[in-house]
Amino acid sequence: MPVRTLSDLKRGDEGVLDRLEVSAEVSERLMELGFLPGVRVSAGRPAPGGDPMIFRVDGSEVALRRATARCLILSDSAQAGDEGDNV
Amino acid sequence: MSDSQAASAAESPPAEPETSGLFSLVAVVGAPNCGKSTLFNRLTGLRQKVANYPGVTVEKRLGKVRAGNGREITLVDLPGIYSLTARSEDERVARGVLLGEMPGLPPPDAVLLVVDSTNLNRNLSLAAPILALGIPTLIVLNMSDDLRSRGGRVDGNRLEEQLGVPVVQASAARGEGLEAIRAFLSGRPAVHERLELPVLQDIGSRRRWAVHAAGRSGYQAPAAAVWSRRLDSAFLHPLAGPLIFLLLVVAVFQSIFTLAQPLMDGTEAIIAVSGGWIGSLLPDSWFRDLLLEGVWAGVGSVLVFLPQILFLFVLIGLMEDSGYLARAAVIADRTMARVGLEGKAFIPLLSAYACAIPAIMATRTIESRRERLATILIAPFMTCSARLPIYALVIAAFLPEKPLLGPLLGTRAAAMIGLYLLGFLAAVATAWLLKSTLLKRRSPLPFTLELPPYRWPTLQSIGLRLADRSLIFLKRAGTVILLTAVVLWFLASVPRTDGRPPEISRSLAGSVGKAVEPVIEPLGFNWKIGIGLITSLAAREVIVGTLGTIYGIEGGEGEGDKNSPGLQQALKQDLTPGAAVALLIFFAFALQCMSTVAVVRRETGGWRLPLLQFAYMLALAYFGAWAGKTLVEIWV
Repeated sequence: MPVRTLSDLKRGDEGVLDRLEVSAEVSERLMELGFLPGVRVSAGRPAPGGDPMIFRVDGSEVALRRATARCLILSDSAQAGDEGDNV
Repeated sequence: MSDSQAASAAESPPAEPETSGLFSLVAVVGAPNCGKSTLFNRLTGLRQKVANYPGVTVEKRLGKVRAGNGREITLVDLPGIYSLTARSEDERVARGVLLGEMPGLPPPDAVLLVVDSTNLNRNLSLAAPILALGIPTLIVLNMSDDLRSRGGRVDGNRLEEQLGVPVVQASAARGEGLEAIRAFLSGRPAVHERLELPVLQDIGSRRRWAVHAAGRSGYQAPAAAVWSRRLDSAFLHPLAGPLIFLLLVVAVFQSIFTLAQPLMDGTEAIIAVSGGWIGSLLPDSWFRDLLLEGVWAGVGSVLVFLPQILFLFVLIGLMEDSGYLARAAVIADRTMARVGLEGKAFIPLLSAYACAIPAIMATRTIESRRERLATILIAPFMTCSARLPIYALVIAAFLPEKPLLGPLLGTRAAAMIGLYLLGFLAAVATAWLLKSTLLKRRSPLPFTLELPPYRWPTLQSIGLRLADRSLIFLKRAGTVILLTAVVLWFLASVPRTDGRPPEISRSLAGSVGKAVEPVIEPLGFNWKIGIGLITSLAAREVIVGTLGTIYGIEGGEGEGDKNSPGLQQALKQDLTPGAAVALLIFFAFALQCMSTVAVVRRETGGWRLPLLQFAYMLALAYFGAWAGKTLVEIWV
């Protein structure tokens, strides 16, 4: 099964973030914005044209380019979210 | 803050604040978008002083606040930060100030930690590194009105117990909770007990700590901002979104021309009447000439633009405070990405249509250095309001008004739009050029933008912006522009023969103009335009005042009025249509603004980029003007 990333989320879809495949510097920045492993992320209405995408994470809305979203890998099973949500 | 006060505070031994037991310097800390600056503005009003920290491009904002006991306390507003890891320049500065390592600034006696209570889990993460500093801290739960109205809640007393520091619920936008903050500021520093803190380097551990503390304080996160979702379904709609975006941009431009016009006419009338009044009071002397021809004509021709600039700032301020500008940046990002910029560059580039200086300062929100530099380098191509006077003068002189599209669009408006387009295209081409040459290396930090919920802009914040902008503009008019006007008047009035001023062509200014004439002759400019090009190095709008003075003196009249048919007639005699086009193109491209050069030097931390930018824009202006003139001559 191919890995699913944040960029695969359709509007209204939810997923649980598994890991960030970016440099340490970028990952720190994204984690400060709320993109921590184990956290539940849902896709909001994207910008016209579909890029950047807008994600709801940890009570706020953050815009990321599709290229960035592609580096944020989701957990493959939907059940994983239940424990991860408590982070 | 007065320097003497800073110095005395700096000299006092570190133990003294404890013995006197009173705060004198308090730092305001918080994450981006937590309403920290709104609170700072609420507390200090207009008693602010803005400068840069030495050696870096981070703004140092100091303000005075009267504490509950009537004492004056200095607040320092730190840049918005997520942590104290000292990774970005902002974080290094914040850390430096808090640890008292910033030259010229004593260590703060206390900290106001502002947190957005609608997003407490994330915002409280910053509390860990701040509390670890051991400085007396007040946690301000900001936006508590938002939290309540969206069905969330938090128990401030329990949070106080959890964290061991005082907590107040506040709403900076509405002015709630300010008394409690003032009371804290007037109190005595109570060093909080050491509590268990998370591993500061680990974001996940900090977050778990924050979630735990919030949870034990009965924190209930607010429901989603329903209105924001509804508004976004229109503003980010695939079709309606871009349409609304374009309509708003057009409306901004339309209104700065139509709605600001009566105000500008009013200002102009005031300047003319006051000049006439002063002229009638003073006896005929060189001083009267200096005051009328130099100061009033020179500075007055610039002051006329104040209403227009303020208008633009109000409109941009409304879009920013309401939260729309963040959506506009998201919409613009895709287009901006094509020329190597990012969505956040849209905001400074839009304000560059008013003035490049605030625009360049606004690039601070762009995290990637590469994209920030690209935005700084292209911003002065945007048609700023200082170009309007010369555009208006030349177009009125050379282009008869005829309807093009019925009553909707006339020839003159079309020419003006064409010049706006020319500047915009030059900016896009330059951005593209930078992307493939000087700034080829991609930046490591990706585009990220937090979308705040929509909010009603407050009168207070818009008013403060207006006052701030007016002061900056008036300061400029009172310094750079006044000085240029006086120097020009002086140069045009010497050497005196038999106690009378010389003809302008024999004056010192005339000699300078004639010295540059060979260089600008290929563009169809004579020595008088040459003087204008030199004086307008200080600021673009100065050229109109200069030409007014030169042709006014030459014609033997007292004062050069920029709208007088006389000045238009005089220009028409001195310039061919080709040379007129050349003059317009020259002003569209050249970086005739010393304040911009100075601010680019400050923001980029050196002379290399501003000088490169100046040379590039000058070369483009010269060859563009020459090409324009040549084309017109072939065509006509």
